[in-house]
Amino acid sequence: MSEKRAVIKVREIRKTYQMGKTKVHALQGVDFTVLQGELVAIMGASGSGKSTLMNIIGGLDYPTSGSYVLDDIEISKLGKNDLADIRNQKIGFVFQGFNLLARTSALENTELPLLYDRSNRIKKHREAARRSLERVGLGDRADHHPNELSGGQQQRVAIARALVTNPALVLADEPTGNLDSRTTVEVMKLFQELNDEGVTIILVTHEDEVARYAKRIVELRDGKIIRDVPQEPDSAADDLAELVARGADDPTIEELETADAD
Amino acid sequence: MHSLRLIKVAGKSIVKNKMRTLLTMLGIIIGVGAVIVMVAIGEGAQSQIENQIKNLGTNMLVITPGTSNAGGVNQGASSFNRLNIDDSEKIRNESAFIAGVSPVVFTRTQIVGGTGNWRSTIHGVTTEYVTIRDWELTSGRFFDASEERTGKKVIVLGATIAENLFPNGDAVGTRVLVRNVPMDVIGVLEKKGQTPDGNDQDDVALAPVLTVQRRLSNWTFIRQILANTYSPDDIDEAQVELRAIMRESHGLAEWEPDDFEIKNQDQLSEAAQGTTEVMTMLLAAIASISLLVGGIGIMNIMLVSVTERTREIGIRMAIGARGADVLTQFLIESIVMSILGGAIGVAIGVGGANLLGTTMGWNTVVNSQTVMIALIFSGAVGIFFGFYPARKAAALNPIDALRFE
Repeated sequence: MSEKRAVIKVREIRKTYQMGKTKVHALQGVDFTVLQGELVAIMGASGSGKSTLMNIIGGLDYPTSGSYVLDDIEISKLGKNDLADIRNQKIGFVFQGFNLLARTSALENTELPLLYDRSNRIKKHREAARRSLERVGLGDRADHHPNELSGGQQQRVAIARALVTNPALVLADEPTGNLDSRTTVEVMKLFQELNDEGVTIILVTHEDEVARYAKRIVELRDGKIIRDVPQEPDSAADDLAELVARGADDPTIEELETADAD
Repeated sequence: MHSLRLIKVAGKSIVKNKMRTLLTMLGIIIGVGAVIVMVAIGEGAQSQIENQIKNLGTNMLVITPGTSNAGGVNQGASSFNRLNIDDSEKIRNESAFIAGVSPVVFTRTQIVGGTGNWRSTIHGVTTEYVTIRDWELTSGRFFDASEERTGKKVIVLGATIAENLFPNGDAVGTRVLVRNVPMDVIGVLEKKGQTPDGNDQDDVALAPVLTVQRRLSNWTFIRQILANTYSPDDIDEAQVELRAIMRESHGLAEWEPDDFEIKNQDQLSEAAQGTTEVMTMLLAAIASISLLVGGIGIMNIMLVSVTERTREIGIRMAIGARGADVLTQFLIESIVMSILGGAIGVAIGVGGANLLGTTMGWNTVVNSQTVMIALIFSGAVGIFFGFYPARKAAALNPIDALRFE
C-alpha cells in the first residue's frame, strides 16, 4: 500500500492577482501530494485561497509560478487547448450548483464530456453514460430532465458526469452546499463508496460536516497550508442509517419529490 | 467525427429552444421571402419583355439604311437609303452563316374586303420571312418561291386585319382589294402580340416583295433586310460577314463609312431590357436590406443568447470543451438557423410569388438561381453575423462563466 502512485504533485504553487494597483497573493507557496485512492478535503474560510487552488488543480487556471503535475503530466505549462483536454480526460468536476444543462436528459448530461473527448478512448457513449448513471444509483432516471430531479439526484447526475470519462481525479467544489443535511449525508455516502472503489476524490469545502467524511484534511489560510493531517473518517452510511432510523416517520423533501416524480 | 458531434450538439440546442430559434430565424425568413418575391416580380417583367423580343424572330439580324452626311450635315438614321434587292440577293448567295434573308418593303394603304375596309401596312417580303420571324400560320399557307418570283397577287393577312375584316375566320380563299389591285388571301398569320414599345405586330399583311414593288408602290429601294443565322452562336460572325458583303455590294471605298446599319436582337432588346433590369435591381436591393436587417437580428439574438448561456458555456468548457469547440457550436447554430430560415423564406417567397401570379395576374418568375443565391446568401449571413457572438462565447473564461448568475 505504501507505493501508491501520486495523482497530484503540487510544488511551490504561487498565484498573484493584480487588483487595480494592489497585488493580491492568493497562493503563497503551496506544496502537497495526493496519492491514488485518497479522499482529501481541502478546507479554508473564504479568502483563504482554496478556490484559487481548486481552479488550478482543476485545470481552469494557471499558477503564477510553481509546478503542478497531474497523472505524471506537467500541467502548469500547457496551452489552453491541451488544458481543455486535460479537464476532459483527467478531471471530473462536481460543482456546488450542479451545473447541469437544462432541457437535457440526465443521460445526455452524463454523456456530455464524451462529446469533447478527442482521444476517443470510450467508444460507446450511450452505454458508458448509462453505466455511470447506474453507478450513482440513477439508472432509472436516465430520461429525466434536471427540473424533474431533486437536488440530491441532480448532484448525483453531476457525479455520474464526472465519472463517465474515468478521470484520474474527481474534484468536488462545495458539492453539498446547495443540499439539505440528509441529502448531504447521502451524497457523501456516494463519495465514500466511489472512493472505496478506488476513485481519487478531492473535496473543497468550508464545512466540517463534509470534511469529517474525508480521510485527510488540508487546511488553507492566507494562501498557505496550515494543516495537513490524515484522519479516521466518519462513515456516511452509518450516519444515514441513524438519520433514517430517527426520522422514519418524517419523510424528507427528497423522498416527497421522488414520490412525485414517480 | 468530432465536428459531426458538434453539429449534433448545435442541432440539439436549436431543437431544444424552439422559441429562441424561431425568433432568430424570423428576420431571415422575412428577408429571404421578400427577396424571392421581389426578384420574381422583376424577373417576371423581364421575361415578359424577353418573350416579346423573341417574338420578333430567332437569331435575327436587321439591316437598315445608314446615315447620310452631306457637307457635314448629318441627316440622321435612314436618311440615305441605298438598300436594294441586289443586296439581299448577294447576301443569299455569298454568306456562309445566313440561313434565310428577306428584304422588306413597306406600303401603308387601305385594304378592302370581307366586312369592310382596314388601313394597314403591307410588307413585301420573301418566302423566308416567316422562318426568320419564327411566325406560324393559323390557316391557309404562305406564298411559295414561284409566286414570289413571278410576283403573284397573293396576300397573307395578320391576325388583327383578319379579325377586323373577317370576324368569322373565313378569310382564306377570298379576295381583297389593295390600291384597287385584287389580291387572293391565301393565309392568316398567328397572333404575335405587341412589341416591347407597344406596336401591334399583327396589324400587317405580307405579300411577295415583287408584287408590292410592281403593283402597290413604286419604290425600288427597300426599307430593311432581315436575315437569320443557322445558330445563335453565329450572330457575331454573321454580323461581321454581312458588313463586308454589304460594303462590297455598295462599292464603298476603304475610307468611306458604312451607309447601312446592322443590328442583332441583343442590341434591339438591350434598351427595352435596361429598364426592367433597373427595376429588378431596385427591388432586389430593397429586399436585400431586409435580409441584412434579418442578419443583424440573428447577431442580436445570438449575442443575447451568449450572455444568457454564459453558464452553459462555462459548464461545457469546464468539462473539456475547447474554445474552438464552443466557437464551432455557436457558428453552426447560427448557420443552421439562417439556412433553415432561408429555406422557409424561400418556401414562403415562392408561395407568395405564385399567389401574386394567380390573384393579381402578375407575371412572376422564380428561377432556381435566385433560390440558390438566396440560400447561399442566408448561409453567409449566418456565418458573418454569427461569428462575432460565437467568438465572444469562445473567449469566455470558464471560471468567470461558471460563476455567472
